[in-house]
Amino acid sequence: MNFDNWTCPLPLLDYPNIVIGHGGGGKLSAELIEHLFLPAFRNDVLENLGDSSVLNVPAGRLAFSTDSFVVKPLFFPGGSIGDLAVNGTVNDLAMSGARPLFLSAGFIIEEGFSMSSLAQIVQRMAQAAQKAGVTVVTGDTKVVEMGHGDGCYINTAGIGVMPEGLRIGPTLARPGDVVIVSGSIGDHGMAIMSVRESLEFETTIESDCAALNTLVDAMLGVSREIHVLRDPTRGGVASSLNEIAGQSKVGIMIDETKLPVKSDVHSACELLGLDPIYVANEGKLIAIVSAPAADAVLACMRAHPLGREAAIIGTVTEKHPGMLVAKTGIGGTRVIPMQIGEQLPRIC
Amino acid sequence: MKYMNEFRDGATAQRLATEIRQITTRPWAIMEVCGGQTHSIIRNGIDQLLPEEIELIHGPGCPVCVTPLELIDKALAIASLPGVMFCSFGDMLRVPGSSKDLFRVKSEGGDIRVVYSPLDAVTLARKNPEKQVVFFGIGFETTAPANAMAVHLARNLGLKNFSMLVSHVLVPPALEAIMTSPINRVQAFLAAGHVCSVMGYWQYPPIVDRFHIPIVITGFEPLDVLEGIRRTVAQLEAGESSVENAYARVCNFEGNKTAQKMLEEVFEVTDRAWRGVGTIPKSGWRLSPAYREFDAEHRFQVSGIETKESPLCRAGEVLQGALKPNQCEAFGKQCTPRNPLGATMVSAEGACAAYYNYGRFVTLEKAAQPVHA
Repeated sequence: MNFDNWTCPLPLLDYPNIVIGHGGGGKLSAELIEHLFLPAFRNDVLENLGDSSVLNVPAGRLAFSTDSFVVKPLFFPGGSIGDLAVNGTVNDLAMSGARPLFLSAGFIIEEGFSMSSLAQIVQRMAQAAQKAGVTVVTGDTKVVEMGHGDGCYINTAGIGVMPEGLRIGPTLARPGDVVIVSGSIGDHGMAIMSVRESLEFETTIESDCAALNTLVDAMLGVSREIHVLRDPTRGGVASSLNEIAGQSKVGIMIDETKLPVKSDVHSACELLGLDPIYVANEGKLIAIVSAPAADAVLACMRAHPLGREAAIIGTVTEKHPGMLVAKTGIGGTRVIPMQIGEQLPRIC
Repeated sequence: MKYMNEFRDGATAQRLATEIRQITTRPWAIMEVCGGQTHSIIRNGIDQLLPEEIELIHGPGCPVCVTPLELIDKALAIASLPGVMFCSFGDMLRVPGSSKDLFRVKSEGGDIRVVYSPLDAVTLARKNPEKQVVFFGIGFETTAPANAMAVHLARNLGLKNFSMLVSHVLVPPALEAIMTSPINRVQAFLAAGHVCSVMGYWQYPPIVDRFHIPIVITGFEPLDVLEGIRRTVAQLEAGESSVENAYARVCNFEGNKTAQKMLEEVFEVTDRAWRGVGTIPKSGWRLSPAYREFDAEHRFQVSGIETKESPLCRAGEVLQGALKPNQCEAFGKQCTPRNPLGATMVSAEGACAAYYNYGRFVTLEKAAQPVHA
């Protein structure tokens, strides 16, 4: 779809930019909903426009998650804040093994934000939701004064249904389990970095932003011996594995040479002094599975479009509990600690 | 990747390590001068491939670690000023000053930008004429040419809103200071390859002659470091001392003459305080009189700075190889990577941070080994 020539349907055309009134709950708010949000997210529940949405859900356990999105820039190679807002929450639900069904969408928009950018973001959200098979059933818009926000922030919350009897969680890794990653790491973080002000560099790296629920579905189809699922977003694979090691009270030993890293991501990281294992992903997952099930799960992942480059990267051990240790390319080992803050580009 | 993966080959690394084990007959203390080398050693686990006799002492070549507290406090003061856009390399943001770091200043409203090149700061100055753009120009001879270029460019462009807070440090005087220190244990140096790519290694023969110590110009990839160590041990075992270039694909004797000429024009040699070590005569560069107007210390009157180093921190002894990080009483207690008392606990290549992250593992591994009576 080409949004370059997108124009607002009347009467939004009167306002090429968001004004304070669009968040005021009056006529301008109503117009925004009617002409922008509803057409994009259209579904029966949303169209009721009640104060809350009433949902039909099957009996059993629900998974519930929320996440806020403040990415800068709002549009980047391979995605936008809209894609992230949907996929991020869908993935959080999927990492419990849940089947995501419903999302809420809350927008905090800065006065003066371009209406066509907002429309593009909403369109991207709608497409992402459709692709992931979830419906946006409730929403909210607030407008803050100019200078009090970075264009547009989005919060989404999501509800998913848990398959009966399934238990997946960060405390469930056991010694002997196998660590699998679903594909190349660091793509999202480096794509964002390549377009960030003052760090711009020319590259073809694209964000891996994607909803992982269909991949998880396929994996659960071949084995219930999946103990932990994690999407290694901020802080990357290193942070996720450290958290799992801590929460499960086990050690994790990975083989650094087995980590899939695209060559352009590798180059960019080398150039900037960053370690891809700490760089964010938005369309990858880590699975910790019992050893006997590992081959079947890996084969199933590789057969899925989002897991073609899936690889076994390590094992869970009872040694060094709480720590992530890597075997290096030259046969040494190193501890990969939790990061304190952001990964900082090194001086030399 | 060309010229990178070739120097990370596991089989070749093992072969070099075997050769080092074969030629080593006695204990040797070798200092890797540069923080980049320390990083590579920790990152790749190079130290674990070496025989027990070889001790690597992490040298003072981490610019983040040796930038004096007073200058960091000055940076914090300037960065806090309204109308200032303060630009820095990323890893300086977490270095603690007397009371806070640049991240804190940013959270308090300071306009602080991470840049990859001082030339980006010049661009920011051109784009933001209403702001005073200040670049934190620290580092060794490696980062100096780009910083010199930035100041030179700013002068040619007639920029009135660009300045640089300069604290450059120089390797050769630091090596001499280490060798003359009464607590020195260093028997050989792996010289910093990137420094030599700029400066060449014509400065080293006098040091070798004076102290009879092997100096091997060494690179940063695992095979570079191992080859540097191999050549160093070979000299030590043979009782020889000379300058050797184990990084010939990047360095030559003369160095980069164009860069050196630019450095000579923009900077002048000055005495410099090294954090944790003290003042070393003629061990730094500051802007030369012709460029004084671009000196941030000159432009911003930052007065009333009282520096206060933590009384518990013994980073100075660590930087000179006189103390192991875990022998410091504050190590892992009052001082952790989350709450660093000194700069050596900040960056991943700082000796204390490296020990903190790796040392815990080694202790666990040793505890897990069965004890034989």
